[in-house]
Amino acid sequence: MEPIKQITSIIAPLNNKNVDTDQIISKEFLKRIERTGFGKYLFYHWRYNEDGSVNEAFVLNNPQFASAKILVADENFGCGSSREHAPWAILDYGFRVVIAPSFADIFYNNCFKNGILPIKLPQDVVNDYLARGNRGLTLAVDLVTQTVTDEEGKMVHFDIDEYYRNMLLEGLDEIGLTIQYDDAISAYEARPKPY
Amino acid sequence: MMAKNIIEKVWDAHVVYQEEGKPDLLYIDLHLIHEVTSPQAFEGLRLAGRKVRRPDLCYATMDHNVPTKNLPTIHDPIAKKQIETLADNAKEFGIELADMGHPDQGIVHVIGPELGLTQPGKTIVCGDSHTSTHGAFGAIAFGIGTSEVEHVLSTQTLWQSKPRTMQIHVSGDLAEGVEAKDIILAIIAKFGIDVGTGHIVEFTGQAIRNLSMEERMTICNMSIEAGAKAGLIAPDETTVEYIRGRRYAPQGEAFERAAAYWLSLASDEGATYDAVLEIKAEEIEPVVTWGTNPAMGTGISGNVPTFEDYTSDADKKALEQALNYMGLEAGQPIESIDIQHVFIGSCTNSRISDLRAAAKVVAGHKVHDNVTAIVVPGSVSTKLQAEQEGLDKIFTSAGFEWRDAGCSMCLAMNDDVVPTGERCASTSNRNFEGRQGTGARTHLVSPPMAAAAAIAGHFIDVREFVKQEVI
Repeated sequence: MEPIKQITSIIAPLNNKNVDTDQIISKEFLKRIERTGFGKYLFYHWRYNEDGSVNEAFVLNNPQFASAKILVADENFGCGSSREHAPWAILDYGFRVVIAPSFADIFYNNCFKNGILPIKLPQDVVNDYLARGNRGLTLAVDLVTQTVTDEEGKMVHFDIDEYYRNMLLEGLDEIGLTIQYDDAISAYEARPKPY
Repeated sequence: MMAKNIIEKVWDAHVVYQEEGKPDLLYIDLHLIHEVTSPQAFEGLRLAGRKVRRPDLCYATMDHNVPTKNLPTIHDPIAKKQIETLADNAKEFGIELADMGHPDQGIVHVIGPELGLTQPGKTIVCGDSHTSTHGAFGAIAFGIGTSEVEHVLSTQTLWQSKPRTMQIHVSGDLAEGVEAKDIILAIIAKFGIDVGTGHIVEFTGQAIRNLSMEERMTICNMSIEAGAKAGLIAPDETTVEYIRGRRYAPQGEAFERAAAYWLSLASDEGATYDAVLEIKAEEIEPVVTWGTNPAMGTGISGNVPTFEDYTSDADKKALEQALNYMGLEAGQPIESIDIQHVFIGSCTNSRISDLRAAAKVVAGHKVHDNVTAIVVPGSVSTKLQAEQEGLDKIFTSAGFEWRDAGCSMCLAMNDDVVPTGERCASTSNRNFEGRQGTGARTHLVSPPMAAAAAIAGHFIDVREFVKQEVI
């Protein structure tokens, strides 16, 4: 997993709440047995019309946001299905950071396993980013200092669990870490059953 | 000793390792596996040269991709490859598999309880968000991503921050003709699609106690649609009697000891929760969703909302998007919505009691000319049971198709797809855009409501429908 420390990029403002993982990656793309190559299917039915033509109105089809590494969306991002194909698609498309007022639990967890930084910020801050994002807004995200800074130097702090922060900073293999607790796991397994 | 709720009891009993500043390392008692979210996990193990730590605590089946007719032919080569991959992985890593054509095959959340794998007090995971279903037995059961599937395969544990606890109390008695599905849809409509985020929910109250195990599974199944990490119901005699005699359950004297332990898991008198919500059962009527998430629902006597019903711009925008996608008018009566498809199935409502309830409404009627209707039992064993009871004949003579077990039209990964722009009354759990097919419009309802809609061709209060039949 690629570590993540600082990312400075224009944002892609996705002004929707309750974006579910069915929208992020549609079910017809879940049959593949690889982890890679899902980026071209990200938000497929919002990016493309039914006849296969490009939906010009969708934010990711605006060339202005083509290089965006930061996706900003409204509350409860990533709700619904547990499919990890959703963060795989987000990462493969080129995003490393997702900012929202809140995230669904499974999606939030899945991000950390894939080197994506999900940042929870207050609703008014996100609303401000979404509003300015349409005109082009660059943000500097720093996981070391746990801050997001806009072009005017306005800085906000974000909270993140120390454990997950380290995983992203170091790009750690979690299974490799857990195997170090093998004795504790074996001791647990050796305990008598509760009945 | 401090009073504990059941969530704290089960959680604390599974902590392998605890350290300040870290999530808990939690032991996993049962790992259910299906074909869609596991191939990359097994591949990860192979690449790292790792083994499955406890194949005896894993159980695999095929459900998402499997065809529901003309078995065992799969036309889609990519789906076929995914299914073959699971068979190969199960063999290579020594995991028990209910393959296509196996008498135990079915939707993973239907067969776990049927086989007695699902038991109170267990921690249960699966790479599927509807794993919350198993909470109906008083287990902590939650969906995980594929990286976590790999982590559990390798270590039989997960690092998990202890969630907050929430009680949702359903007081009083349900009115006649109101189903478990209506309770959970009413809860989500009332409190919101993300009310449970960061929480494990315990459902309590008289209306919950009176439910059968299958109805409790419907409630817990959709706790994820309220954003909850998991949902559960404390075990009682109903739970114990459901499990007694099932194949993977303890037998004989061991069962009696297990049952005593299970019953001791109930929340202590005076136990507290981080949040408490309440809803009165008697206020609940049959629910129909009108929008593009499960919180966008209302009673059958109600109307599609209007823009005046919302204050925030974000909510007005969400309403506009939902109405556009669903092809509905603001303020339109729910009963005026015509449907073209009916799907009775999914891990929410494909159990024998669901099929019985739907068949009771269907008996003696014909599916409306404009409607295509299918019934997809949740498992091979459910299908056989229904056939023994003659339910298949009731459905087929009314014009329903009677299919083989699988997830089917709930997420349309196989051939069971709702065409663009057409409308489906569905007993499944998600009405997201494109869920049942690109451009398909999903309305979530209970099995009796779906059955009544199949016959009427539009939504109708099943209680009125049944009364008319008597006259």
